[in-house]
Amino acid sequence: MTAPYLSVQSVVKDFQSHRALDHVSFEIPASTVFGLVGPNGAGKTTLIRIINQITAPDNGTVLLNGRAIELSDTARIGYLPEERGLYKKMKVLEQIVYFGQLKDLSRMESLDRALKWMKRFGIEDWRNKKIEELSKGMQQKIQFIITVLHEPDLIILDEPFSGFDPVNTKLIKEEIQRQKERGATIIFSTHRMESIEEICDHVGMIHKSRKVLEGRVDEVRKSYSREQMELEFKGEPDGLNYIPGSLTDMGEGRKRVVVTLEGTTTRDLLRTWNERVELFSFSEKLPSMEEIFIEKVKEGDHE
Amino acid sequence: MNKIGLITWREYSTRVKKKSFIVMTLLGPVLIAAFYGILIYLVVNEDIASEEKQILVVDESGIFEDRLSSGELLKLDYRRSRDKALTDSALLATYDGWLSIPSGFKVSDPSGIVYRSRKNISIQLKEDLSNRMEKVLSDYKMEQYGVSRELIDSVKSSVSIRAVTVDKSGKEKNTSTELYAAIGMVLAIAIYFFVFLYGVQVMRGVIEEKTNRIVEIIVSSVRPFQLMMGKVFGLAMVGFTQILIWVVLSGLLITGISLFMGGDMESIQDISKQAQEMQSMQQLPEGTDLTAFEEIKLALSELNIPFILATFIFYFLGGYLMYSSLFAAVGAAVDAETDTQQFMLPITLPLVFAFVLSTSVVLRDPNGTLSFWMSIFPLTSPVVMMVRLPFLTLSEQWWELLLSMAALVLTFCFTIWLAGKIYRVGILMYGKKVSYKELYKWLRHGN
Repeated sequence: MTAPYLSVQSVVKDFQSHRALDHVSFEIPASTVFGLVGPNGAGKTTLIRIINQITAPDNGTVLLNGRAIELSDTARIGYLPEERGLYKKMKVLEQIVYFGQLKDLSRMESLDRALKWMKRFGIEDWRNKKIEELSKGMQQKIQFIITVLHEPDLIILDEPFSGFDPVNTKLIKEEIQRQKERGATIIFSTHRMESIEEICDHVGMIHKSRKVLEGRVDEVRKSYSREQMELEFKGEPDGLNYIPGSLTDMGEGRKRVVVTLEGTTTRDLLRTWNERVELFSFSEKLPSMEEIFIEKVKEGDHE
Repeated sequence: MNKIGLITWREYSTRVKKKSFIVMTLLGPVLIAAFYGILIYLVVNEDIASEEKQILVVDESGIFEDRLSSGELLKLDYRRSRDKALTDSALLATYDGWLSIPSGFKVSDPSGIVYRSRKNISIQLKEDLSNRMEKVLSDYKMEQYGVSRELIDSVKSSVSIRAVTVDKSGKEKNTSTELYAAIGMVLAIAIYFFVFLYGVQVMRGVIEEKTNRIVEIIVSSVRPFQLMMGKVFGLAMVGFTQILIWVVLSGLLITGISLFMGGDMESIQDISKQAQEMQSMQQLPEGTDLTAFEEIKLALSELNIPFILATFIFYFLGGYLMYSSLFAAVGAAVDAETDTQQFMLPITLPLVFAFVLSTSVVLRDPNGTLSFWMSIFPLTSPVVMMVRLPFLTLSEQWWELLLSMAALVLTFCFTIWLAGKIYRVGILMYGKKVSYKELYKWLRHGN
């Protein structure tokens, strides 16, 4: 791993009644998508607020490019909060331009970029509408534009897909990829794991105010491998060992099961199955991030 | 640090463009003028509010007949004795009330007079009746002592006092208590309403940003303090704009009215010229008596209007900064406007207190002890000092003004600091019922 773009070092944050973050450390490499996951109330939003310098940590530091983060760095950060907020009575274009200016863009620059983005999202006809006249999805798009308008080096997205329909979700996913290609580092915070494998390069997990997991998504999944194989075949698997309940009908007589190696080799496993059924595919079944997530949460709860 | 400027501008431009602002700014003076117009009209033409009363006077003593006469709104019928056949009900069917004066009524011991009516007697009627009767009795007594009517009339006299203030150097200034009181009241009312209206608007704005969660994006770009100050400044500018428009509008309105009334511009210039001439006379010869109108003109010319305006703007700003920052803190501490009550009370109380006392105690004795202290105490000084201002002799009392201003500046610096701390924690705190104890914790630790 090269030198991290953002480094969270042993951050502690106490609230009056509880500790929200307990010596949490993460290293986020440049130009990657980092998935910050954890159940509700784990401390994700608090960590994001600390990176945004909305609140200060009681202990520990946040380094940006190897030096302590400063207030002036906020101009290089784009933040999409989980609870979306816009001025309801303000016009769309005016609003985007205003937030751009708050991020140190000149008025002209801000206006120029706002128009480009609105064109790109196909909402340029809405520029003089008030926010309250817009649909929820439309408001989300505007919020996203505000987040990336100043071309930030660090983009923090807190549950960016909540409230989006599949079409817009796809649009935002593509935009995240484009931002990454542009060189931005993206922190993607969510408690829903479906999109993690697809979007994120790295993942970090917080549970009960502590870091429980960190690493590259593929490496994490490999390290949690339970030596399971997935087989697709035609025929009846009678008398063969497979994980109960994993049998799924794929249609046209094809079936799929998950098998645990349990000391045997893949070669032996294949031989056994090949004798009984007609095999079509054979692959290693890595646990999904969701399974790892649930396992980690359960582990934490038993402590 | 242009961020505060940017926020100020947004607050200003969005509010000034609002329909409600335009309507209120244009209609406000009309409404206020109409309100006071109706009020003055009713006071001047009292009879509109009350109707004529028909009263039967049964005067068995015979003292009041011919002496107590019917008035404008009072119609009296006399009878020497009561017809026993007539019941109260029958009497009160034709009269609003009947007044009985017993046969044994003595001038030296005026008691036993009873007024009977269906409805309760009004204070006005009761006072009117007793005043008239007292006058009848005193005239009657004088006649008994042999004093003639001419003599009685010649004894009455009306005294008018010309008020002049003298400073150390012996320079005299003509004053008009009534005019100064009116000016003071208008300024005090303006400050009271603006601080209140715009303070509450600051609070609403903060609550809006908090409930809409806009605040989270903004404070990821600017400091909470900048956001708060931007909002406070923006609304101050809105307030100034409104006042400016009102001043211009009322100027146009007054000119328009005076033109319409036949008085052309020449006569207005004439008046000011006259006033200047009078001012140049400085010391009016002893024994000069002025009409009320001349007195007002003279007193007006003695007022330092630019100075009064500058002081007004100072207290307007100071009072507004002090109160609106507190209002902003309240807005940050709560989740919805309905939760603001418990914090609003201690803020609005001194303001209302200052206003109520201004219209009574301070107005009656602008240079009294209570008035002095209330014009020094910063929470009440913006309103109270306005009432006192026309009555201050600056060469003598400059230090009072200076002390009051210094106290106000120190206090708004303090409240802004205080509000900033509460604001910083409050705007990101959701779904928590905040108590005073909680606020104190925020002040001590921050978060």
